[in-house]
Amino acid sequence: MSGRVRELLRFHGNPPKEVYYDIENSGFVPKEVIDVMLPYFNSIGYGHPAITHKPGWEALEAIYEAKEALARTIGNVDPEEIIFTHSGTESNNLAILGYALRNRARRGKIVVSSIEHLSVVFPAQHASELLGFKAVLVPVDDNGLIDPEVFKAYVDRETVLVSIQLVNHEIGTIQRLRELVDIAKDVNPDIVFHTDAADAYGWVQVDVKKLNVDMMTISSHKIHGPRGVGALYVRSGIELESPLKGQLSVERLWPGVENIPLIAGFKKAVEITFNGFDSRIDYVRRLRDKLIKGITSTVPHTLVNGPLNEYRVANNANISFLFVEGEALTIELSLNGIYVSSGSACSSRVLEPSHVLLAIGRKHEEAHGSILFKLTRYHKEEDVDYTLEVLPKAVERLRAVSPWKP
Amino acid sequence: MSSRIPLPYSPKVLELFRNPRNLGPLEDADVVEMAGSPACGDMIKLYLKIAHMEDGDYIEKASFESYGCAANIATASIMTELIIGKRLEDAWRISWKDVSNELGGLPPIKYHCSILAVGALKRGIRSYYRRLGIQPGWLPKDLTIEEKQVIEEEKLMERYYRSMASLDANQG
Ligand SMILES: Cc1ncc(COP(=O)(O)O)c(C=O)c1O
Repeated sequence: MSGRVRELLRFHGNPPKEVYYDIENSGFVPKEVIDVMLPYFNSIGYGHPAITHKPGWEALEAIYEAKEALARTIGNVDPEEIIFTHSGTESNNLAILGYALRNRARRGKIVVSSIEHLSVVFPAQHASELLGFKAVLVPVDDNGLIDPEVFKAYVDRETVLVSIQLVNHEIGTIQRLRELVDIAKDVNPDIVFHTDAADAYGWVQVDVKKLNVDMMTISSHKIHGPRGVGALYVRSGIELESPLKGQLSVERLWPGVENIPLIAGFKKAVEITFNGFDSRIDYVRRLRDKLIKGITSTVPHTLVNGPLNEYRVANNANISFLFVEGEALTIELSLNGIYVSSGSACSSRVLEPSHVLLAIGRKHEEAHGSILFKLTRYHKEEDVDYTLEVLPKAVERLRAVSPWKP
Repeated sequence: MSSRIPLPYSPKVLELFRNPRNLGPLEDADVVEMAGSPACGDMIKLYLKIAHMEDGDYIEKASFESYGCAANIATASIMTELIIGKRLEDAWRISWKDVSNELGGLPPIKYHCSILAVGALKRGIRSYYRRLGIQPGWLPKDLTIEEKQVIEEEKLMERYYRSMASLDANQG
């Protein structure tokens, strides 16, 4: 198995300059975060946080500190309302399946948007197939926004749970969430509202009280924390039953021993994220605007996916290059040291392009040519310049190979 | 994005993706054949120049253009290398598996790239003889696996867009 990849990497080689844009799918962990994590592997807090000895209590203290840090950033909630899981995927599963398991006698309708992450869509479908709930997908407009009037038609007295993300992970749409929450709570104040804020956290203000949401998902590696740790805010009073069964530790709802180094790293990433929040966003937005403008003005036949106004989050650039297939473009760019991902079918498990791009009305061939860039505070102006130098040539080379012409 | 899958391409695939052989249209082609579509996410155009000899019809030149992933470009490229200098009768016997093996094996999710390339070849050979009004003994009447698969892929997309159009019509 590994021999094959080794050969591939040898052939690939190390490009002289490298720019990583694939924060959507994961990213590097900065040294300041690693430095905080390392002692927890062998000097402090390496014990089990629910056992009565010093390394255990140290672990417990690390968990509490991390919960407090997170709690402050989402509207000064009670730290006990934060649950650590091992990923954003797990947090979304806990929110939706946890709610469905707990309320399986009652059943009802689960409403999610058609552009949710699959870790929301699949648990909702699972609840409908196995637990007797009814899952429905709310459509979005060309920009990925849910029309409140349309939403009203989907939420009714039967609805028990709604899950709508604050910011979309592929096209960067910032949803008018509070308006949707109000509509749902107007229909029935008992409707539980979950939001997957994995891509909002650190990019727009997320105050669960102002948003009036009951549950919220956050994922560490979306903010340059380590991957493999996530959090779920669960408002006190909301009852869930964990879909995961096993020995409980600190978390009532997520059995298994907590991963202290990752939790400590997550906490550090949270602190970095909220230190100089606005200036970081201005910086990233400027680079992102330069990237989009540079691409669309030098490469013909492009489409920007997602809104081009205040409803687009600052770090997102998603562009379809027509007459080019996206997976081929990711490889061509990788050979030149630019690392991106595509919503093309060719890089997916099922031969279907991104469901998000199809949901905003992109045709298959438009989705196949899509490339997602996410910018961060670690990008420099010269990274964008290098990208703008390499990208037009890469697109041109692949267009020259293609029989599908403008 | 949609569910991801690891794609450990062989170095041969990357090599041909980077430096494809026999790329571009053939001016004097006798056969120009397409398979796939932009909506499918892969499409190949195959060009063949045929030479008539006493012992059969030979592929004198072959070239391609490809829209698709790295595997699609590499399979089309290697197939042209495999068929140049072969009699059409022998080229007909090349299967998608042969093409995949020649690349050091493809990940299963990419088998369809090889199927598409071979499907285009078989379509091309068939249409060549149809145009000449000849049915060689070795050319089966029934469609091969590759030809059937290609049609299926193309139809899938047509069906998708027809169903979308009817949805639109109902809403409008
Ligand atoms: C919107 C959204 N939700 C959830 C997740 C899943 O998070 P994780 O990768 O930590 O499982 C992601 C990650 O890609 C995401 O973009």
